[in-house]
Order: sequence, then C-alpha cells, then structure tokens
Amino acid sequence: MLEHDVLVVGAGLAGMRAAIAARDNGANVAIISKVHPVRSHSNAAQGGINAALTDRGDDWKDHAYDTVKGSDFLGDQDAIEVMCQAAGKALIDMEHMGVTFNRDDEGHLGTRAFGGQRKARTFFVGDFTGQAMLHVMFEQLVKSGIRSYEEWFVTGLIREGGQICGVTAIEFRTGQVYAIRAKTVIFCTGGLGRVFEPSTNALIVTGDGIALAYNAGARLMDMEMVQYHPTTLTGSGVLISEAARGEGAYLLDKNGDRFMEKYAPNYMELASRDVVSRAEQTEINAGNGINGCVLLDCRHLGEALIMEKLSQIREIGIDLIGKDMIKEPIPIQPGMHYIMGGIKTDVDGQTNIPGVYAAGECACVSVHGGNRLGANSLLDTIVFGERSGTHAAAATKDMEYVNFDVDAVVKREQERLQSMLDRPQNGDRVASVRLGLGQSMNKNLAVYRDQAGMEETLRDLVGLRERYATVPVDNKGRVFNTDLVFALELGFLLDCGEALALSALDRKDSRGAQSRTDYPDRDDENWMKHIVVTKSEGGPEISYLPVSITQWTPEERKY
Amino acid sequence: MDVTIKVRRYDPEAENPEAYWQEFTVAAEDKSTVLDALIKIREDMDGTLSLRCSCRSSICGSCAVRVNGQARLACKTQVSEVSGPDNAIVVEPAGNMGTIKDLVVDFGTFWDKIVAIEPYLQPQGPEPEGEYLASNESMLHLSAVTACIMCGCCVSDCTVLEVDPTFLGPAALAKAYRFTADPRDGDAGGVSKERLEKLGQVTGMWDCTRCMQCVQACPKSVDPMGRIMALRDQAMEAGLTNTTGARHATAFSDIIEHSGRLDETKLTIKSHGFFNVREMIKLVPIGIRAQLAGKRPPLMHKAIPGIENVRRIFKKAESKR
Repeated sequence: MLEHDVLVVGAGLAGMRAAIAARDNGANVAIISKVHPVRSHSNAAQGGINAALTDRGDDWKDHAYDTVKGSDFLGDQDAIEVMCQAAGKALIDMEHMGVTFNRDDEGHLGTRAFGGQRKARTFFVGDFTGQAMLHVMFEQLVKSGIRSYEEWFVTGLIREGGQICGVTAIEFRTGQVYAIRAKTVIFCTGGLGRVFEPSTNALIVTGDGIALAYNAGARLMDMEMVQYHPTTLTGSGVLISEAARGEGAYLLDKNGDRFMEKYAPNYMELASRDVVSRAEQTEINAGNGINGCVLLDCRHLGEALIMEKLSQIREIGIDLIGKDMIKEPIPIQPGMHYIMGGIKTDVDGQTNIPGVYAAGECACVSVHGGNRLGANSLLDTIVFGERSGTHAAAATKDMEYVNFDVDAVVKREQERLQSMLDRPQNGDRVASVRLGLGQSMNKNLAVYRDQAGMEETLRDLVGLRERYATVPVDNKGRVFNTDLVFALELGFLLDCGEALALSALDRKDSRGAQSRTDYPDRDDENWMKHIVVTKSEGGPEISYLPVSITQWTPEERKY
Repeated sequence: MDVTIKVRRYDPEAENPEAYWQEFTVAAEDKSTVLDALIKIREDMDGTLSLRCSCRSSICGSCAVRVNGQARLACKTQVSEVSGPDNAIVVEPAGNMGTIKDLVVDFGTFWDKIVAIEPYLQPQGPEPEGEYLASNESMLHLSAVTACIMCGCCVSDCTVLEVDPTFLGPAALAKAYRFTADPRDGDAGGVSKERLEKLGQVTGMWDCTRCMQCVQACPKSVDPMGRIMALRDQAMEAGLTNTTGARHATAFSDIIEHSGRLDETKLTIKSHGFFNVREMIKLVPIGIRAQLAGKRPPLMHKAIPGIENVRRIFKKAESKR
C-alpha cells in the first residue's frame, strides 16, 4: 500500500518547497507530478523574485503597500503582510541553496526595477530566474530523498465518510491505476492558463488541482481576476519578460510614440501589469497598433546589456518570429498569463476541506487580489509552499490514516477511465473542444469584458460540455497514453472556465484585472469583497468574503 | 506549405513490438516549429502518437527528439530550417536512452547519473547570515551552465555513451562542474576537492573523447564538453594527478614536449603506471596483435627535427597560464 502523511500534488516550486518543509518537520511525505519536477511551469518565470531587504534600506511594509496597491485593494492585507515579511529570509534561503543570482559590484545580490513598485527590489538570474530556482529546488528534493512519483497523473480525490483520505492516480509508464493513501493532500498544481487560447502558459497548465479541489467542495476565490501580461509574442503568445521593461525598454505605438505617458505618467512602462495591458489594448482598439500588436523596443539598451540580462527572450524572438531585439523592436500584445484567484486558503495553505491544502498559483490566499505584481509569484510559491508543508506535517502528527477499500476504489476508477476509452470514435476531437473553449474565453474574458460577451461564453460552455461528453480517445493502450490524459485535462479546463466566467459576470465593477465596459468604475461600496464559487448539488453557487484591511485604506490607484 | 513528417513509431503493447516508420503530411505555416507539426499530428490526425512537450519556448526541456539524425528541441527547430528541398523531415526518439513509446524515451539512467554527482551545493564552512558574497562574473559564468534544461540532447548524441553506457555523460558532468566552479561550494577557497576526486574515477571526466557532439547538440549553448575539460583542469590544479586520465594527459604533454611526436608505448605505460602489473599484462596481447599487423610503434623513439621549436611553444604556453 502506498501511503504518506503528506502527499503533495505538483512538483513546481511551491510543491517541492512544501514537500521539503513537510519532510523537515518529520512527516512521511511524497510528491506526485504529471511531469518530472524540472519540467514544471515554474521554469517560465523569467524576471525575478521580490523581497525587501532591510540591510539595504528597504522595508517590507513598502513592498506590502506596493502589493496592496497593485492588487487594487482586493488583496488580503493580513496575508500580504505575512508574505512580504517572510520574503527576505525566503530569498536568502534560496541563495544559500545555490541559486546563482546576479550580483552588484560589491558581490551582494543585485536588483532590477519591476512594475508597480517604487523601489528596485527584484532579485534575478538573467531572464530565467524561475528555471534557476526550480532546478535548485529540485537539487534540494534530491538531497532530501523524498519519494517522487514522476509522470503520475492524479485523477481524483478519495473520500471516505466525508474525510479526504488519498488520491487515485495513473502511472504513465505502465498505465496502471493506483490509490495512494494520504492523511493530507497539498495541491501545488499551478494555474489554469490553457483555459485560454492563446496563453503564455505551458501546455501542462490545465487547472487540475483547482478543478479537483472545486469538485470536492473547496471554495474558489477571485476567479474573475485573470492577468493579461503586457508583453506576449505575436502569434504563439509566448512570454517576453517584464525584465525587458525593468531594464528600460519602451512600448511604442505605430507612430513610434511612447503611449504610456497618457496612462501612467510617473511609472510609464513600469506601471502595474493590468494598467499597461489595458493601455495597450486601448491603443490597439483605437487603431494605433500594427496587426493587433504594439512594439517593444529594446534597441537603446545595447547589445551588452541584452546579452547579459535578457538573452533568453532575445533567443525566443529569433526562434519564434525571426526578429532580433538588439536590432529591431518586436511586436507584442497583452496575453493571458496568470490567475490571481484559485483555491481559497488561509496563510497556512488550509482550505475549507479538512486535510486539503493548496499553495502557489492554484491557491488564492489572497496576496494578489485584483492584479499580481511581477516577481511576486515566485515569492508566493516559496513562502506559502513552505508554510503549507510545515502546517500539514504538524497536523498529521495527531491524525490516523483513514481506511478505505483500495481494490474497490481502484476498480471504480479503472472502469471510469475504460468507459472513456470505449467511447465511439465519432465525437468531436479533444483539441477542437479545447480550442472552442480557449477562443471563447479569450474573446469575452480578456482585458475588456461586458455582460453580453460573458453570457455568450457561458452559453458556449453549455455546448462545449455536451461535446466534451463524447470526445473520443484514439489511444486504447496503457503505456504513456497521453491521449487519455488530454481528455481528462479538458474536463478540468471546462470546470475552471465555468467558475471563472461566473465570477466575472457576477462582479459588477471594474477593479484590477477586470475591466467591464458596462461597469467602468471601481465600486468600493458594493464590490470591495471577494467573490467565491463553490460547487453544490444544484451547480455552482456564488458567495462573498470580506477583504482583510489592516493598515492601508483603499484609495484611487494612480501610477 | 505541406511538409512530410516521417516519424519513428514504437508501441510496446503491439502484437509484434517493433519500431516502424509512419509518414504524415502536415500543413506548416511560416515559422512553424517541428513541435507545432507534431502537435498537429497528435491532435488532428493520430492521438496515439506519444511525445513529451510542454512550454513551447525551450525552457522545460521536454521535447528533445532527433530531427534528421541530430538531437534537437522540437520547439526550437523551425520546419523551414530542416525540411530540405523535398519538404520532408525525419523525427526519431532521442538516442542512448531506450524508447518507452514512440518519441518518449526512458530518462531513468539520465536522472540516476545526475543524482550520482550529488547535485546540490555543499559548502564546508559556516553559512553566512545574509547572502554569500560572490563576484557577478562568477555567477554569470555559472549561469551559463545552469542554463542547462536537462533536455538530454547531449546525452542522446554522445558517442562515448553509445559504446559505454556507464559513462556519466555530458549532462551530469556539466552539472557537476556547476558545483566545482561555484565559489560557495567546497572549502574556503571554493575548491571542491572531494567532488573532483569522485568525478576523476573511471566512467567520469576522463572518459570523454572530445568528439564535440554534445556541444553541437546543446540547444542552450551550455558547452558540456568545455565544462568536462574545465573539470580536468580543476582536478589537475587540485593536485589530483594520480588517476589514469590525469597521468595520460601529463604523459601525453611530456612526450610531445620531449620528442615532438607521440610515443604510444611510453604513453600507455605512463598512463597506467609501470608497476600496474595487471594493466601491463593486459597490454601484452595488444602488443602481439600490433606486431602481427605491422603496427607496433618503433622501440627506439627519436625526436623530430626542429624539436627546439616545439619546446619553445610549450614554454610560451606555460608562461601564459
């Protein structure tokens, strides 16, 4: 029998950090992931990680205020305080583990400027900070000797007498279905980017944990808050790091003018992401773009700086659109990038379901509120990853394993999967249903939204669900049947998309990343609150939670 | 543009599990990557095709395959760049790793070797309260190595692994260099002598034959072979001169400096050590075979004319170090 005190689902930065923390606190812990840990999407974080270091005259309260303001005052201030206070130690821990952060002339950690912050407090490794941190965290995972179920896919939570007591999972290599017993489960499965098409997110980012928790009764919060990143590459929608603007790049319209002057005269290109994306979209809609894009101009930064600090994104530009940013501006547009919302947790990662935790992008603490600041996501993963692992390990000390009929559970899951394989081959293909979802979301739940559009997407979702029920699976085999996995992931995507669209339609104001043309103003009187979706017998239900305000009174946001 | 993708397929569950070729014709757009084409096949034509892929921007390291015989990331390779005049592309699983299904290979030993080099920082001194002080140059130098995404392209095309699967290989050795070159790893001077000692054993740094395949295959310009050569320099500098590989390198250089050309007999004896009776006995049949084939090196080894010029080159090179 496979059994663990703490089972972490997902092996990105949050997941590995949680597992290591749980192990350090004496738990029997394992980590399970549908890809090898170093293939996780934490890799894609480019620009850096924020921390206010007191020994260089910064103050965590300033970082917290910038974060609160960036969130358009929807972030929970108590949680933001926890994160920003923990940042310095979390950063130094990463350096001690071996991350090769860029340095200043004295050999101390170097910083770069990032959007929405009054001080340069973003620490970085070139423009591949996430990859550098992820690989180092994997090194620590190896060192810890934690059991790692690599290329296993979690298909469901097991519940016995109301208590969560493990997961069912497929091992790709053999196609075998297992039940893994666990006292606690920590979801660290990342975001839901593939709900949208295009998205900067990797193909594996399919909202698995969010959907699994939601279907088990967890509360999803702030799901309407979708970050459109200001600089994604034309076509594929691949990410071009905010580090480019952090280092001084300009955004230009078709006439070569820096249009951000109109929208954020003080911060210019380094206003918060929601503000910059909105500005770009406004310009593009007004006909000031070029083929649906504006231009990112790095030429004046010079070849030396670009090669030292922005070499990866330069390479992406050359590989994917054949343009070298040393020599010419590259066309970029706002593109779906991050979900601020997710599984509602407290500051220790606990959800409303006993024994179920969440951390990282799949969770909503909520430290990002209506809009996440660049370089706060890496921080979020390691701070709340560690706290979740620590808390779960302590909690399991007084818990017993819940017994369940393993054979029956496995058999039931096998039958469910077999029924998907046995479907007739004449339904619509997984890819076409997924594309339908992605295009509808990108049309109606993007930078600007309105009631009619969002209602159209909700109607689309009904049709997509019907088509989903009959999608065929070509591959009938067991070994590495990724075809079956894509079909399962599509189910998760549809659940996430529905929760997202319902939340967005419910919020009748414009705040952070949500801009409604039919409700263009922020309405603190009625909408200074979190929107929560839960799944009940009768379908999704909306409720509300108050925003935690500790020391910063909401005010109008200006950059 | 229509492109023919010829894919090496393998299904371990088939009645006769044998690899075979299958051709697909795909409409490729300008700037389409090989990965775009493979995804199109998988999504629209044949869902039984298995491959790993995720980020589409050469950072996750999932989609290493052989394209026209050379290891590459499918997402970093444009169709137009490799399709040739016949608009055809051959895609096979990466080499040296054994195929699980279609383009999915077994990374088991790949990771075992990474684990074998103890891939985590091991400082010997006390931890500072704040960050370790280090020069930006040293970190940039390391970042060029930590840019490795563990995709396995280098391992796929390594010619030593083809004949000796126990060789640690370019990925693990480059990873090891990332620690030996880290000023924070090892003793106060940043020397990781214990690591270098382990890496100098058989199957380690001295087994690379410098064929350059890994350098060519690496999609992230990590230069694994260059890192292996740097490991050798570090080992020699740390005084680890008493391994077969180190002795081989020293003897090679000594002989050339002495006579201007290679004395193969002397090189072999010096590399193994004259008193290494077992290795010396092993050489006997090789010597006999060489004699029979008329390839035995001359017993009397003479210096080439103009040897003083060779020695001058050595002096100059040494003074530059």
